[in-house]
Amino acid sequence: MPNSASGAPSSLSLLGSELKTLFRRRRTAAMLVALAAIPVLIAAAVRLSSSVPAGRGPAFLDRISQNGLFVAVTAMLVSVPLFLPLTIGVVAGDTIAGEASLGTLRYLLVAPAGRVRLLLVKYAGALAFCIAAPVTVALAGAAIGASLFPVGPVTLLSGDVVQPPEAALRLVLIAAYLAVSLAGLAAIGLFLSTLTVVPVGAMAATVVLSVVSQVLDQLPQLEWLHPWLFTHYWFGFADVLRQPVLWDSFASNAMLQAGYIAVFGALAYGRFVTKDVLS
Amino acid sequence: MTAAGGTAGPGIAAARTTSAGNGTTGLTIETQGLTKRFGHQLAVDNVDLAVPHGAVFGFLGPNGSGKTTTIRMLLGLAAASAGTVSVLGLPMPQRLHEVLPRVGALVEGPAFYPFLSGTSNLHRLDAASRHAAPATRTARVAAALERVGLSRAAGKRVHAYSLGMKQRLGIANALLSPRELLVLDEPTNGLDPQGTREVRSLVRSLAADGATVFVSSHLLAEVEQICTHAAIMSAGRLVAQGPLAELRQAGETRIRLLTPDAGAASEVLLRLGMSPGRGTPEPDGDVLTAVAAASRLEAPEDIVAELVAARVRVRGFAVERESLEERFVALTGEGFDIAQ
Repeated sequence: MPNSASGAPSSLSLLGSELKTLFRRRRTAAMLVALAAIPVLIAAAVRLSSSVPAGRGPAFLDRISQNGLFVAVTAMLVSVPLFLPLTIGVVAGDTIAGEASLGTLRYLLVAPAGRVRLLLVKYAGALAFCIAAPVTVALAGAAIGASLFPVGPVTLLSGDVVQPPEAALRLVLIAAYLAVSLAGLAAIGLFLSTLTVVPVGAMAATVVLSVVSQVLDQLPQLEWLHPWLFTHYWFGFADVLRQPVLWDSFASNAMLQAGYIAVFGALAYGRFVTKDVLS
Repeated sequence: MTAAGGTAGPGIAAARTTSAGNGTTGLTIETQGLTKRFGHQLAVDNVDLAVPHGAVFGFLGPNGSGKTTTIRMLLGLAAASAGTVSVLGLPMPQRLHEVLPRVGALVEGPAFYPFLSGTSNLHRLDAASRHAAPATRTARVAAALERVGLSRAAGKRVHAYSLGMKQRLGIANALLSPRELLVLDEPTNGLDPQGTREVRSLVRSLAADGATVFVSSHLLAEVEQICTHAAIMSAGRLVAQGPLAELRQAGETRIRLLTPDAGAASEVLLRLGMSPGRGTPEPDGDVLTAVAAASRLEAPEDIVAELVAARVRVRGFAVERESLEERFVALTGEGFDIAQ
């Protein structure tokens, strides 16, 4: 039935449907639960051990027993190198390839969803997960931290002390920093997903790229390359734990991720718009 | 508009469609020189389809003959290597956004999200269309499910559906909005006899509502029962197309003679201009067959009179029209159910 309304509301309805399909999926729920388990495990380990020697284990670990909010910080730090990229790889690698392997891609296109519109909605869905994943870690961390440990004023890296509401805001900032960090990876996954009808292949390739990028970032011989690696600023979020907040790494990170989104978005567009859908 | 492009065998000249004139008028689907190449393989080779408006068009061919690839190009899923496609009078895929909302399609079997219910699946696919009104979505989904008899299973996850139920859901998806053209690729695949009958009556009712229905199938009987027109694909080429009645008539009429005097009978038939061939001998005598049209005599009974005058003992004489199935097998060179 032709609808005279403009494209905007109906694009929203496709986005709504995409988000519903993504987050209703048991696999998505399982990944979020697994992410939420990280801070729970950390908190339980700290609670059950007598004391954590300062300077050992992940950063901030030794502060947890004094302030439960550090569970969230530690958990986010721990999940940056592998757990977050793993889940983003699964979601972004599945975007187009997953539909192709189910065969639903042809029905979405015949509906007609429009190839560009579908690609944009798919990326928006992956971005929503990029936000949901670190937020889940932060929320679970704050919740378990608050229930097992005292919550009080937080001493920032700059030495300043902030009250818990301000500290919670900093947690939100870290989650936002991580969401931005993962946006470039999601664009890479989206592009890889347009290349294949085997979603697992695109997922694995995306995750492998994130690991390779982090390894390259460790090699001093490749120092010239480091600022261009999409993982380069992934650990820069400590800057939001200073007073006043240092926005430099946040801005550099956002610029870099925007570049990756532009390049891999264009590649995904070029590939998907001309692709024969034969699955 | 001639079809077949000279690829048809002797005696089966290119069939004509009943299209009202040239160009796009009267044709719901028209392709010219449509070709699809995958590497070295020519999947679809220079196909000129002409589907008249309001027809129930059977698209026949053995598995792997290029039917589904052609359908993918009609719907803009795959790009043609050469040739043009026009659907509902508009060029594809250039005007895809105007054409596809008016087309319902079932392409290469149903495909759904197994973790969603039947209703949720249809909601999702309907939301994918920019042109489907969200306000009427729930009602349209329910109506489509009702039409294919899935209302009771609508809340179940598709994961738990049988193939036949998925097929019905696929047809429901094609019927979510009022459509001018339905493209149904193997719609009765996996359906029980009851479901097959229902699909047949569904196709008829859609046609009665004025829609053009393009049904691909490798099942001849299915096409014979519901179609007004048909086209036959073989190894990527279109070997015949036209109204079903014309396709049937284009078959050769043959005479079949049972006689113990095969030698004498052959002489008579040769004298009349026919070139008799030997059939499988029967206990009563030898069997001779020949193309009736080759005879100089108008009526087949005159052939019998000639034979009797030449003292040939005629023990059996029949005029046989080649069946549609024999014709299709002759055109495609294999049985319809042979998979590649």
